[in-house]
Amino acid sequence: MKWMKDVKTYTPPDFHVIRDPDRCIKCKACVEQCSFDATFYDEEEDKIWNWDAKCVGCNRCAAFCPTEAITIENRENPYRINESWGKWNVVGVKKRAAFGGAPVVSMGSDKPYIVYWDHMLINASQVTNPSIDPLREPMELKTFLGKKVDYLEIEDGKLKTVLYPQLELEIPIMFAAMSYGALNYNVIEAIGRAAVELGTYFNSGEGGLHKDHYKFEGNIIVQVASGRFGVYKEYLDVASAIEIKIGQGAKPGIGGHLPGEKVTASIAQTRMIPKGTDALSPAPHHDIYSIEDLRQLIYALKEATEYKKPIFVKIACVHNIAAIASGVAQAGADVIVLDGFKGGTGASPQVIRDNVGLPIELALASVDDRLRQEGLRGKISLVASGGIRNSMDVIKAIALGADAVYIGTATLIAIGCTMCQQCHTGKCAWGIATQDPFLSKRQNPNIATQRLVNLVNVWALEIKETLGAMGINSIESLKGNRLALRGFDLSEKEMEILGILHAGE
Amino acid sequence: MKRIDASNLKYNVLNDIIRRVIEEGENKIIIDGVCGQYYIGCGIAKPVEIVINGVPGNDLGAFMEGPTIIVNEDAQDGIGNTMSSGEIIIHGNAGDVLGYSMRGGSIFVKGNVGYRACIHMKAYKEDVSPTVVIGGCAGAFMGEYMAGGTLILLGLNRDKKRLTGNYLGTGMHGGAIFVRHGVDESLCSSEVLISKPDDKDMQKILTNVKKFCDLFGFDCDKIIKDEFVKITPKSKRPYGNLYIPGP
Ligand code: SF4
Ligand code: SF4
Repeated sequence: MKWMKDVKTYTPPDFHVIRDPDRCIKCKACVEQCSFDATFYDEEEDKIWNWDAKCVGCNRCAAFCPTEAITIENRENPYRINESWGKWNVVGVKKRAAFGGAPVVSMGSDKPYIVYWDHMLINASQVTNPSIDPLREPMELKTFLGKKVDYLEIEDGKLKTVLYPQLELEIPIMFAAMSYGALNYNVIEAIGRAAVELGTYFNSGEGGLHKDHYKFEGNIIVQVASGRFGVYKEYLDVASAIEIKIGQGAKPGIGGHLPGEKVTASIAQTRMIPKGTDALSPAPHHDIYSIEDLRQLIYALKEATEYKKPIFVKIACVHNIAAIASGVAQAGADVIVLDGFKGGTGASPQVIRDNVGLPIELALASVDDRLRQEGLRGKISLVASGGIRNSMDVIKAIALGADAVYIGTATLIAIGCTMCQQCHTGKCAWGIATQDPFLSKRQNPNIATQRLVNLVNVWALEIKETLGAMGINSIESLKGNRLALRGFDLSEKEMEILGILHAGE
Repeated sequence: MKRIDASNLKYNVLNDIIRRVIEEGENKIIIDGVCGQYYIGCGIAKPVEIVINGVPGNDLGAFMEGPTIIVNEDAQDGIGNTMSSGEIIIHGNAGDVLGYSMRGGSIFVKGNVGYRACIHMKAYKEDVSPTVVIGGCAGAFMGEYMAGGTLILLGLNRDKKRLTGNYLGTGMHGGAIFVRHGVDESLCSSEVLISKPDDKDMQKILTNVKKFCDLFGFDCDKIIKDEFVKITPKSKRPYGNLYIPGP
């Protein structure tokens, strides 16, 4: 039989694909949609079978079944319940033992760590400080990112002070770094178009920028990572800002690794590497071993672009993040991007993703505090990233001290992603994290653009309504305003770090 | 031709002058009195010639596309960082991370270089490939993560000094390193193969060594008759089988 198992490596399937025989019309749509070989048609028996062990729970088949015959169920842990081991630890040992390799996973950690956003409530106005109706009154979400001056000098009625370059965002939400390679052409096309339409920016990620996407000039942030993929003069010139990637929240201290099979001719061209080779970006930039070295790269990029563009530095949230961020600010970064523990990834060793780092909420609060204490906060901008799931997370992030946020996972969910965590396999059935032309066609840039525009516009509306309820008419007034937040179900220490009071206080 | 006196100029002022002079259409610049100024030639995308008298600072020629930079003395770290095309000629020694991630053009160094030379150097087209020729010896981690291009190490005037440091070619997954007089295998990473250069390789070595000798006044015939070894990666995917798909 096709699904004969090797008993020695047996691990129980995660999902159960249930097909209702009364509903199934054997149209085979599910067979066509499943890119993980979990669904197949047996001609001899005229039957559609499922190989549960291969199912990743992406729900593509269920979504495309015209008669709603398919249900994907999470399988219960078949082993004797053992609270201290759980299924994951048992399976984890078995897989490593059987295959001799470390499991690579994608998306953000799925382990049950506390999500601080869900332990904070937002304030609203009553009586003394009336709320504002955003549908009838102007509400300002415009945000500027970049280094700020301490004071302005005016001479003869004209501004004498030379201002630093700024990015102007209509909404404080940007599309996070996701590379061409991790995502395919169609998806980047849609993200780029959405950024233009929304008046915000998208980040190229570290894989370079396809020539066709240069048309988004004015809405592009390009990334420079340790592998320096696709970094050349034109790439720097087309960008509105340049982001130095030091770390990523999902894998702090770990470099990037685009497996050779994803390096197609077009990706090779864009990354400037040979086709089919592994695209390795090591954990460190090999010219950065200190804050002074970071300063050197920041200023190399400023020199190369004649000081016309803000330089972002993206760091993963780790234990001493406040001190690191302070160093980054002093190294000359215009914008610091904090990428939290729950941030997504196209591929990361599982143990790193699930165990290393710091949640964005705590990191953001402590960095904001530290920069304020050192008189640096007003000079630079802070972007929060890694684990922003909805418009209220955005509000809370800004109240904790962020100027703007990056969204990555939410971007992908908006266009179909079901968080099946298979991005690293390159087989994404939703046509997102794949270079397979057959699968990539599943993303229609027109439709995807519309969905992204819808999502961000709705978030903007929700943010405006919430600001209105708080009696604030500008997002600027919310920045770092932690009195707008109250915590619950948190320890005193947690609230101290978050810098918020307990609900009821 | 334009002469610039760099003495007592801060790097940003000096580089601004260089950019302006190039914008005005100058195609040859001589800079005197250089003393550690960073980023000279950084991001310049015109085929100009820049001659440097003195010791330039880090990131000389970073991100550049097209210029020829001639340094008449030693140079510091990060020379040719992420450069795309052009040429850098150094009539002395160079510091660490020479040619980091360069993907085109060439660098010739008369003397020794520091750690991590040609790390991440890459090539992605048949006709665009970076070349680096080092006259002296190199530090550890030479050719680390190298993904393409040609690196030639000549080991001239090596005295008792080790020709290369440890960990040669760690993570290398493309390109080729040629070393005159052979290498100590115990210094090489386990990811590389050592072989004898074939005729095509020898031709490539000859062309570049000839250019090196013309630039720095060495006897090409003498150098080229010595034995060379070729170091290439065992795999285009050095870490391919350390991982399995999860979760
Ligand atoms: S399409 Fe997705 S959910 Fe359906 S069987 Fe295949 S892997 Fe499972
Ligand atoms: S992008 Fe595709 S492969 Fe990745 S989690 Fe989403 S649906 Fe799965």
